[in-house]
Amino acid sequence: MHALSLVLGIPLLGGLVLALVGHWPRARDVNVGFSLWTFLAACVMTYEVIEGGPQFLWARQFYIDPLNVFLVTLTAFVSLTTAIFSRPYMRIEQDHGKMTPKRMRLYHSMYQLFGFTMLLGLTTNNLGLLWVAMEAATLTTVLLVSVYRTPASLEAAWKYFILCGVGIAQALFGTILIYMAADKVLGSEHATLLWTSLSDIKGQLDPTIMSLAFVFLLIGYGTKIGLVPLHSWLPDAHAEGPTPVSAVLSGLLLNVAMYAVLRCKVLTDSALGTQMAGQLMMGFGLLSVVVAAFFISRQKDVKRMFSYSSIEHMGLVTFAFGMGGPIASFAGLLHMTVHSLVKSAIFFTVGHATQKAGTQTMSEIRGLIKVNPAVGWGLMLGVMAILGMPPFGVFASEFLILTTAMREQPWATPFLFLALGVAFASMLVRVLPMVFGDTSLKRLAHPPALVPVFVHLGLGLALGLYIPPYLNGWYVAAARMMGG
Amino acid sequence: MIKFVPQLINLFATLILLLSFAMIAQRRIVSLINLFMIQGAALVAASFLLGYVTHQPELYISGTLTLLLKVVFIPLMLHRLIRKLNVRWDVETLINIPTTLLVGIGLVIFSFSLALPISRLSDSLAGGALGIALACVMLSFMMMITRSKAIPQVIGFLSMENGLLFAATTVTSGMPMIVEFGIALDVLVGVLILGVFMFQIREKFDSLDIRKLETLKED
Repeated sequence: MHALSLVLGIPLLGGLVLALVGHWPRARDVNVGFSLWTFLAACVMTYEVIEGGPQFLWARQFYIDPLNVFLVTLTAFVSLTTAIFSRPYMRIEQDHGKMTPKRMRLYHSMYQLFGFTMLLGLTTNNLGLLWVAMEAATLTTVLLVSVYRTPASLEAAWKYFILCGVGIAQALFGTILIYMAADKVLGSEHATLLWTSLSDIKGQLDPTIMSLAFVFLLIGYGTKIGLVPLHSWLPDAHAEGPTPVSAVLSGLLLNVAMYAVLRCKVLTDSALGTQMAGQLMMGFGLLSVVVAAFFISRQKDVKRMFSYSSIEHMGLVTFAFGMGGPIASFAGLLHMTVHSLVKSAIFFTVGHATQKAGTQTMSEIRGLIKVNPAVGWGLMLGVMAILGMPPFGVFASEFLILTTAMREQPWATPFLFLALGVAFASMLVRVLPMVFGDTSLKRLAHPPALVPVFVHLGLGLALGLYIPPYLNGWYVAAARMMGG
Repeated sequence: MIKFVPQLINLFATLILLLSFAMIAQRRIVSLINLFMIQGAALVAASFLLGYVTHQPELYISGTLTLLLKVVFIPLMLHRLIRKLNVRWDVETLINIPTTLLVGIGLVIFSFSLALPISRLSDSLAGGALGIALACVMLSFMMMITRSKAIPQVIGFLSMENGLLFAATTVTSGMPMIVEFGIALDVLVGVLILGVFMFQIREKFDSLDIRKLETLKED
């Protein structure tokens, strides 16, 4: 049996078991257990890829290569740490009466199924299945966002469903067009949506069809990435759902959507032989960075502020991949990795802080460091990391992106510097009083799980100082593949 | 028989487009569901016809799937839903039908010009079908924007799915089977979730008017 069957099978089984058995006190631990086994299976699979190189599985429907293998490991890892964080967090929510046993059952089951859909989308070789997985991920997260059943969370979930449903329908149209382009080259008998087969003939795909297809795919999956102006669902969904869900939405789902765009961009670039796809991505990316930075400066709700920061960072990643070339693509992949580690760590600390304060309004959260120094320092370090202070990994990737932009797209650099400066100032001004100063916060019944926070920040720091050779090798190989 | 096939496909395509326009102009929820059902039936007929002519059994399977889902199950569920929610005779008052229809015509022209370079390349039976499918998607999109009630929004969403399925059927003679089943499963689960949502929204907001869902705003 291949490790991939475990990587996909365990979360699927977990979702079904947790749904069928119902909520019992140990369900929290069982949830962590399933995530742990998924992570271990992902490690085994990663090891196999390190040893044996890219792999096809199950009639070539699944394909593991340098571009997705590190995302699979990252997804399994952050799912595990978020499950650990969610144990005490959701227990406190239940004590506060925000969750009932029935909703806990829905929450745990959907948490596992959400992990399953992301892993399915990352590992599949079939662009159609990738679409199906993205849509399924939307469905599971809609249920997660609405789990509190408050008017605000229902509103956020409805908006999320409708906007992402419409967005992702555009991506389906793009996928149909790609299939049509393949049909023209291979004939209707052998037409395929397998990415590797399309990649073999990518130079012959019809440029007219592919350019239209890419526009639809970018709009479709771009809605899920949260690119401006398609982003309006994102802050609502992040702010109104439970904090563990915000962490995985920001840290993982945005990456999976980005991954889908990258796969399509590789095909489009070769078919067109022009920079059209890259220019579109640069435009959307830059707009997202700038608009999100100014929205950050207007936020009062802490989770909304950090979700705008996610839009900003995904915009930066989109811009980097749009520039293309080995260095920018390398930086984009590194930025995706460190952003998901650091941003989920920030959401963990923010979750504890909001529970202590009983509100998400930033002006009412004060002096975290006095009540719980670990949470306070965690938040402070996380914010320093996400703002791109050296020696954290975000600094390394932003530095690479900015220097490449200065060399290749000098017109964009003033906008990037402006946006990063605005984000830096406005975020710091808000976070400093939250961490330091007098406090009105109360202690909670259950100690928070702080190990994930510091593990994530430690990894974010480590990646800024040293990138292990195999990870470096994957980044380089993936960047080369995207370079054509 | 074969001689008439392209005309027949185009007939169904026109019917689907016409039904999209009818949905835009329809204010009553019950009639909207019926129009949606007829659109699904036209889609099924088109896939069966194409399957018969091109001898592709996959198209029969995907047609049957659409028949079960879009013509039987979802309309039945929606009818049950509006009966339970007691909005059966609801009428949407605030849409300006002549203007939306005019904008709709503009969208159709836009879609056709967008699809024209590709339709020229197409040697399949239905050259104009891609433009019509794209137009259906755009019209459903507009319907979702102009409607303020939850159920018409959902019907707009599903009708967009119809346009996409029509594109897949006529332009590429159906997606791979595994993808077709995946899409059908997603649609099914999505509709079930939306159905549950409507009860919850009604309970919390005392209304199915989406304009009431506007508390989450940037200030």
